[in-house]
Amino acid sequence: MSEAPDQALLAAQEDRLRRVWETPGGWRYWSAVNNTEVGVWYTATSFFFFLFAGVLALIMRGQLAVPDNDLVSPGLYNQLFTLHGTMMMFLFAVPIFEAVAILILPQMLAARDLPFPRLSAFGYWCFLIGGVFVAGSIFFNAAPDGGWFMYPPLTTDPEFSGIGADIWLLGLSFIEVASIAAAVELIVGVLKCRPPGMRINLIPLYCWYVLIVAGMILFAFPPLIAGDILFEMERLFNWPFFDPSRGGDPILWQHLFWIFGHPEVYIIFLPSIALLAMIVPTFAQRPIVGYGWIVLAAVGTGFLSFGLWAHHMFTTGLPIVSQGFFSAASEAVAIPTGVQIFVFVATMLAGRVVFAIPMLYATGALAIFVFGGLTGVMVALAPFDWQAHDSYFVVAHLHYTLIGGMFFPLIAGVYYFYPFVMGRMLSDRLGKWAFWLMFTGFNIAFLPMHFTGLRGMPRRVFTYPEGLGFDLLNLVSTLGAFVMAAGVLVLTWDLVRPLNWKPKAPKNPWNAGTLEWAEGDPESPWGIRSVPIIESRYPLWDQPDLARKIHEGRFFLPDAEEGKRETMVTTVLDAEPLQVLRLPGNSFLPMLAAVFVGGSFIAATFHWWVTTILSGVIGIGVIMVWLWTGTSMIPEKREKNAGLGTVLPLYASGPSSVGWWAMFITMVGDGTAFGSLVFSYFFYWTIRPDFPPPDATGPGQFYPTLAAILALLAWGLMLLARTRNRAGHELKALFMVMGSAFAALGSGAAILWAPYVTGLEPTRDSYDATVWVLAIWTAVHLGVGVLMQGYCVARGLAGKLSARHDIDLQNVTLYWHFATITALTTALVTGLFPLAVGGG
Amino acid sequence: MSRARPFPAAATLGILALSACTGPQSALDPAGEDAAEIAGLFWQMLAGAAVIWCLVLGGSVLASWRGRSLWQVATALKVILWAGAVFPTVVLAGLLIHGLRLMPGLRATESDLRIEVVGERFWWRVIYHRDGAPPVTSANEIRLPAGATVEFILSSPDVIHSFWIPPLGGKTDLIPGRTTRQVLRPTKPGVYRGACAEFCGASHALMALTAEVMTPDDFARWLQAEAGPAAVTAGPGPDAFLRHGCAACHTVRGTEANALVGPDLTHLGSRHTVGAGILANSPAAIARFVAHADTLKPEIRMPSYAMLPETELRLLADWLASLR
Repeated sequence: MSEAPDQALLAAQEDRLRRVWETPGGWRYWSAVNNTEVGVWYTATSFFFFLFAGVLALIMRGQLAVPDNDLVSPGLYNQLFTLHGTMMMFLFAVPIFEAVAILILPQMLAARDLPFPRLSAFGYWCFLIGGVFVAGSIFFNAAPDGGWFMYPPLTTDPEFSGIGADIWLLGLSFIEVASIAAAVELIVGVLKCRPPGMRINLIPLYCWYVLIVAGMILFAFPPLIAGDILFEMERLFNWPFFDPSRGGDPILWQHLFWIFGHPEVYIIFLPSIALLAMIVPTFAQRPIVGYGWIVLAAVGTGFLSFGLWAHHMFTTGLPIVSQGFFSAASEAVAIPTGVQIFVFVATMLAGRVVFAIPMLYATGALAIFVFGGLTGVMVALAPFDWQAHDSYFVVAHLHYTLIGGMFFPLIAGVYYFYPFVMGRMLSDRLGKWAFWLMFTGFNIAFLPMHFTGLRGMPRRVFTYPEGLGFDLLNLVSTLGAFVMAAGVLVLTWDLVRPLNWKPKAPKNPWNAGTLEWAEGDPESPWGIRSVPIIESRYPLWDQPDLARKIHEGRFFLPDAEEGKRETMVTTVLDAEPLQVLRLPGNSFLPMLAAVFVGGSFIAATFHWWVTTILSGVIGIGVIMVWLWTGTSMIPEKREKNAGLGTVLPLYASGPSSVGWWAMFITMVGDGTAFGSLVFSYFFYWTIRPDFPPPDATGPGQFYPTLAAILALLAWGLMLLARTRNRAGHELKALFMVMGSAFAALGSGAAILWAPYVTGLEPTRDSYDATVWVLAIWTAVHLGVGVLMQGYCVARGLAGKLSARHDIDLQNVTLYWHFATITALTTALVTGLFPLAVGGG
Repeated sequence: MSRARPFPAAATLGILALSACTGPQSALDPAGEDAAEIAGLFWQMLAGAAVIWCLVLGGSVLASWRGRSLWQVATALKVILWAGAVFPTVVLAGLLIHGLRLMPGLRATESDLRIEVVGERFWWRVIYHRDGAPPVTSANEIRLPAGATVEFILSSPDVIHSFWIPPLGGKTDLIPGRTTRQVLRPTKPGVYRGACAEFCGASHALMALTAEVMTPDDFARWLQAEAGPAAVTAGPGPDAFLRHGCAACHTVRGTEANALVGPDLTHLGSRHTVGAGILANSPAAIARFVAHADTLKPEIRMPSYAMLPETELRLLADWLASLR
């Protein structure tokens, strides 16, 4: 490979690539879907929400500076702390993980983009609309005011709560859906869009963390969505899920919330550790020491984090045995965390460390986070938590873990990746100023809070009387908060000051070893000039001349001959080339879809039902157009030469396609939400001696059984349709799909008819309400399935679905596996379980 | 000379840290066995945490020092194994055993006294159960005999609250539809302050309570008196009370007022505070509370009686303050 490259050919290739990947100008700029644009918008928006929530915190600190202060009213204060927590969690910490991942993951994997660029754009617009809606509510004195974990009955009782609770529930549900969409995309990206040769044990550590965290989102967010559904049904329609006078229980919400809420902490923490896992080896100028250790530790953390939720409920009177168990589990999670920290220490010991600004932030992060971890070990111990819980000690603890475990590593990442994204260097001097102001300010603000809490100050109080020993500590905390804010201001200035004030970054300024630094020019829109073959975890260090060869187009996909956006798809474990994936280009459809779906949620908040339905229907219509015009396109030829003499297909369906994986992963998340609803049913059964209550009249056995049989029939027909279609009997297959749709409609009708005809009244008792909610959930899923079947039939009639090109049918059949399980479970639980316990 | 400076600085800091623990609501200034055990546990954990923090930080700063000699990878891997995995496992296992041993003691099942506490928006209903005698109802103040094991039976009719008297021990939530329990063992006589620890609405910050630990004899005498009717049950005060509709919500035993909506006021004059810990008790404070209840305590159920003439207010307040 030593002959000189043909410069004319290279220039022509680059020209074609540029034309295909170019970002549109003018107002069409906002139709961009490429990860480099969406990632920057996403990051900037979530950073803006961070600043907004930070200002809310400063107002609170102003109010608490002196005892008996009246800077803000109690009502406003309660909105401030609720919105501060809500925004920092849902509008900053989680979205910025997804934002940064969308921004840097493709290049790390030498992919031209993520597999579903329009989905990223849709997620971003959902996030923007939902975020502005939730954050803006404070200007109308309508922000949620029940605390960011929204415990009922304070937040369900119409006497104590207003529209703020609906804004929280509907606004955030909307954003959670977007978060799950991003998680699906990131998982598929890591699993399927790696460069050839990058086996699973060679992937950059950041990608491991993305995989783990996205997986956690998939299992953690659905319980919250299920909880939100129950919650909103109670608020809107008076279904008594949390009302003890009608068989409900406020503790159910606490379980559902914290099954989400504790993994959430690690969903926030791990991506930032992932940034450190990229930064530390670069500045130690050697590969990470203990790659296997850190991957296992991260997996372990993710796994354990689902077993600790009840440590947020140590004061609710849990049995001693449960408290002991959850104490032990909570302590155990410190062990994998310790391993991750010492992997970094070991890497530094074995390397020669260059102490640049990112390392300064990394060290500050460690100092703060280790402290927060140690107080975490304290509060994990139930007896100590009985004192510390809901006091300022916990406020201090959680800020130490989040600022140290999330914020400082994130800023380390910002200084590290800024040249990669913008092609410019941030200022060392401003970076140091910002660091020392934020670091000292943070500690001045939050260190005293440990003592404020142990001196007895509860959290979420808008004021305190003088003379209890809170006065001086609070004043100091307030001063510290403003010093920290000054640091944030310096940091923000460094970020937003004009680009041409900042020096141009050299290629690979930190001499890093991973692929995202191979391109070295953010101006070129294609992400990577050609997709290389990878043989090492740090290819830029270990594979000689790799960057040059990539630039000379010596690897895969060096050209865009057909004028289409393309990226490589490889196998999950060994990254062997499978397919050249055609990616959809820029479009306003994702934005439009987000506007109408978002409009539907927002209208529901105000009980404008006509608008809700209209907006929702239009939203679904836009999504249908988007799918019809932008997915499972039949390519003009079967296969193409991807370079290096490798001929790859342009079309794939079933488990080798990215769409199949996305559907599978989405349905796992969907199944988790359904599982949470089933959990709620059995939760009532464990806490109530009379569940089902003796006077409950339904839903009987006949209709649930009928629904189950019809669902099985629908499923069987779908399986048959898929095989017949493959065998070339395309028309027959379409008739089977239609037959399946009729069976599904019958099944959905039967499952809804059961509680209706037996007279279950959802407002009467939590039993009736739970049966209804399971029935509705199932019917909606069957309905969506029918919609998909109609889509398949239309595709078939339009000639877009054939024996060879059957992505739609494959994915809809996959959906039907899950829909059938849902229907069978609902029939079994609501219809047959009461027989087993002698009720119904 | 400059070498001698750190010591006084450290000493000053130490004194500051110690004085940072005192206060009527402090968990680190215990007046009960449970709080004392937890405070002890905290100081032990704090000492351990300080050592571990210095080791980890010192180690990483040393590791990131420029230009020092490089370690072998095999040696560095041992650091991960021993410092990252084995050390925390051993320390945490030890801590867990040590800490959880406190649990059965902190949650004793046998008690000398049972007190029912009901959390309301935003005050506390307190009911003392007595063997062979009717229960005694009070509000916003809890009196306890030193040396006794006291069981609290906790519930709430409206939203979740949390019962917390830091100098005596940990907290337990009061949850609608459930009954929770908490045991405290007060030892040191004195007046302490507690607070609602679970956010319960607009006036969550204003839902405090007084806890007075007394000698057993004083307590027995006090409970006897508390069980009796109000000190003054006829005259212009009670008349004003009934005339202005106060009896629609409150009880003053010995008068016609026997409603259960608001706090029992039978012995209001003997309490340390008015309005669940927000004002020091005095006739003026009572008058102020009656006149401006909803500005003093947003979203409280009690309406303000600002329209009452000054004389009527004073009549009411003087009478209530005299109910010792």
